[in-house]
This record gives sequence, C-alpha cells and structure tokens, in this order.
Amino acid sequence: MTIIIDLEHISYKYQSIDEQSALKDISFSIEKGDWVAIIGHNGSGKSTLAKTINGLLLPENGKVKVGEYLLDEKNVWTIRQMVGMVFQNPDNQFVGSTVEDDVAFGLENQGIPREEMVERVHSALEKVKMSEFAKREPARLSGGQKQRVAIAGIVALRPDIIILDEATSMLDPQGRKEVLATIQELKKKENLTVISITHDIDEAANANRILVMKEGELIHDGTPQTIFSYGQELTALGLDVPFPEKLKSALKKRGVEVPKEYMTEEGMVEWLWTSSLKK
Amino acid sequence: MMNKLIFGRFIPGGSFIHKMDPRCKLLVSFYFIGIIFLANNWQSYLFMFLFTIACIALSKVNLDFFIKGVRPLLWLILFTVALQILFTRGGNVFFEWGIISITQYGVVNGAFIFCRFVLIIFMSTLLTLTTPPLDLSDAIEYLLRPLKVFHFPVHEVSLMLSIALRFVPTLMDETERIMNAQRARGVDFGEGNLIQKMKAVVPILIPLFVSSFNRAEELATAMEARGYQGGEGRTKYRVLYWHKSDTGAILVFVVVTFALILLRT
Repeated sequence: MTIIIDLEHISYKYQSIDEQSALKDISFSIEKGDWVAIIGHNGSGKSTLAKTINGLLLPENGKVKVGEYLLDEKNVWTIRQMVGMVFQNPDNQFVGSTVEDDVAFGLENQGIPREEMVERVHSALEKVKMSEFAKREPARLSGGQKQRVAIAGIVALRPDIIILDEATSMLDPQGRKEVLATIQELKKKENLTVISITHDIDEAANANRILVMKEGELIHDGTPQTIFSYGQELTALGLDVPFPEKLKSALKKRGVEVPKEYMTEEGMVEWLWTSSLKK
Repeated sequence: MMNKLIFGRFIPGGSFIHKMDPRCKLLVSFYFIGIIFLANNWQSYLFMFLFTIACIALSKVNLDFFIKGVRPLLWLILFTVALQILFTRGGNVFFEWGIISITQYGVVNGAFIFCRFVLIIFMSTLLTLTTPPLDLSDAIEYLLRPLKVFHFPVHEVSLMLSIALRFVPTLMDETERIMNAQRARGVDFGEGNLIQKMKAVVPILIPLFVSSFNRAEELATAMEARGYQGGEGRTKYRVLYWHKSDTGAILVFVVVTFALILLRT
C-alpha cells in the first residue's frame, strides 16, 4: 500500500487562546484507500488536525505531506485540489445559488473550460444521486441533500482524499444515512481515501481505523474492534458506546460470558442466537 | 413580517419577460427610471402607467405581488409627497400657515411624485420578480466590467452580491427562529410604542449579527478549501444569452421615449 498522508510531529497553537496547544506533537500516516475515523471530545483538536491536512491551518512545527507534495505556501493549492473537505453546517458551505452552481464553484476556481465544467457537474451530481435537483435553490433542500451537493462539489474536482469534518452531526438520522451511503459508494468507485471526524459512533464503525484524540494528543490508534473494546474509557472521553457494546456489558453484569472483540448489531444477533448452542 | 418584503423574491415562470436576458432587463429598468422624469403631465403619466401595466401583464405575475411591494415603502412615499404638498408654492393657494402652504402646484407635484414612486417600484419589482437573483448579479458583473480599467473590484462585488442574495432565505429563517426563541422567553414584538418596538428588535439583531459573523467565517473557510483564490484565472459556469427579442425590447423602449417626448408639455 502507498502512503498518501504523512504527518510528522505536528503541533499547533491558536493565537487567541493562550491555554495549551491545540495539537501536541502528532505523527501518523494514512494509506491510500483507507477509511480513517478521528474521534474525541469537543476541543480535543480533531478539527484542527483535519484543517492542517489541507493547509487551512499551517502547523507551527512539523511536516505535512500529501501524496508527493510537502505542504508549504507553494503547494497549498495543489494539495487543496487533492483534498476535498465537507464541513459541519450544510448551509455555511453552500456558495452557489443553485445546486449546479454550487457544484461548479470549485471547478470555476480552477479555471476549467465551460464545456468540461458542464459535463463534470452533471456526472458529479449523478454520482451523489442529486441530478433531478440541479436547478434547485439550497433553501428548498434538506440537510442531507445539501451535504450530498457539497460532496458532489468535491467529487467534481476529482480529489484523492475526502475529509468529513463532522459532516453528519447536524443532520437527522435519515440524512446521516444518505450521506454515509453516498460516501461508501463513492469510496468504492473512485478509490477515495476517507477521513471522517465524528461524534457518531456508527460513522466511526464504518472506518477500518480509528484515531482517538484527547486534549491535542493522539491517545489511541487502532481498528474499530480494538477501540470499541475499551468500553468504559470511551464513555469517559465523551463518546457514546455503540449499542452492542452496551448490551455486552449488561450481559456481563448478569454473569453471561461475552466475546471481547467489537461486534456490529448483526454480528451481535448472530452471536446471541448461536451462543447457547455453543455451550 | 419578513414575507412582506418581496424585494428580491424571484417567482419562476416562462413568460417573455422571464426569458429576457438579465442584462437587457437591468438596462431597461434603469433606463425606465431615467425616462420617467420626462413625464410632466397627466397624459404622459397615464401613458407610463399603461405601459407598466402592459409589462406586468406580459410577465404573467399576479398584480398583488406588485402592490405588496409598494407597501413597505408607503411611509417613505407619503413623507415625500407630504413635503411636496406642504412646501411647494405656486398657483391657487388653498391654505397657508407660516412657511407651510398648500397650493395647486404642490398638490399636483405631490400626485406626480406619488405616481413616479409607484411606477419605479412596480418596474423594479418586475425586474426582481422575473429575474433569478443570481442572473441579476451576473448581469451586474457584466455591465460593470468596463470599470475594471479603473481597478474597480468587479468580480468581488459580484461575488459579494450573489452570496448576499444566496443567504437571504437562510437569514430569514434564522430571524424567524430567533424571534420564536425570544417570544418563548416572553418578548412581545407587536406591543408598545415606537421606542418599545425598537427596543424589542435589539434581542433579534444581536444574535443575528453574531451568527452571521460565524457563518461568514465558516463560508470563507469552505470557499478556501475549495480552492478559491480570487477572480484571477477563474472561469464562469453561468453564461448569458442575448436574444433577438432583447434587442426588440430595447427598441420598444426607444419608441416609448419618443412617445413620451411627444406627450410632455
């Protein structure tokens, strides 16, 4: 596997807040095609971390490498072309007055000729299943639809990496499902690398690797199975423990022996109905 | 409260007026404001009224929208008309008290100014009702282009305009939400005298300002993340098409101008 993002000893401090650093000596790398979830408390530095990857914030110390480019003032626009970012508030990232204008915004910025733009806008909208809404204004879309438009705007730029900065946190359950399904499908088709910053444990469970942040430090790095098996510690970090984990600890209290590794809801059902047979 | 302000509220449709090039519509709207000052008697004002009504009929937009458009500006109009009536002198004097006098000329002038206001509002409402705001800002960008010579930031102004327009519904929703939140805390917006009413606006405006600043910052971040680096080297997704009918519309306005010159005294 090739490494697509490489962070070395990153630290960052907000100028207005003279408390401790927002990021403290963070190093990790992400492989191409991975889905990495970054979880942590409010103010743990996870959004700051995401913003250093595409140069929205320049770290005080350390090196950021995306693809073969080292992040500096010269390369920052190339890197932003490679890294698309979906933000939290669906309204505050909708620049265009209609769906298609918004998708075209990024393309316009790159100076792409109009004929190609039209084609790329349409195919991007098709990929997120929003073609029929092309002429709509944002006020007439649901939160989930707006986020899908934001994703289309990024897909149209043909990035290698997509960062979801709490992109589903303001959506209703239906919208959340739509957005995640869209990302899963795109990831498969376009061979994207996905970084999702999230509070939502189900979104984190989609990842194949989870980074846990606390007060600007990276405290855990592992697969969902290992991370979720920490149970109580996750609750202490302000993260809700997934339902199967809760069920497991409840069962444990009643003296039922349960497997240690993380299970999805389906896996849990599977285990439950076969468990008494195995005894 | 907010819904009464229909300025900038586009009503979709397929009429001839809707299909006109926004540049043409913008030009002739401004031209209309210019030539309305040519009218100076009943005949010419009647002619302009009929012409405006014809334009409205052509747009197939309900006349109610236009009358609603006048309403928020009614006080301003009445104030101006009152000034004209009270301070213009000449002709038969109906009433006199100190510097205030109601004269024949004053009343006639007041009536003309009222007509002028209403016609201008009707025409500009027609422009905003039949033109999507973004088309309008495209038109403005296009028409301002010559000013680039003087280092006028044409692209920035046009982007500012289109973003402002795009956020109108968002901010309206927000205002509604804040008002409801304040109502739930016992604020009464409809009651009291003018000063009390103005005071009641403060708890709406402050949260609205705070949230707008936050929105602006987030939007700026999102735009930068999508590679926005100013107008240099940007291409345009939206294009405007000038049809033969647009040239036709301009010719109609030329004819109207001549008719006005003939009708005025």
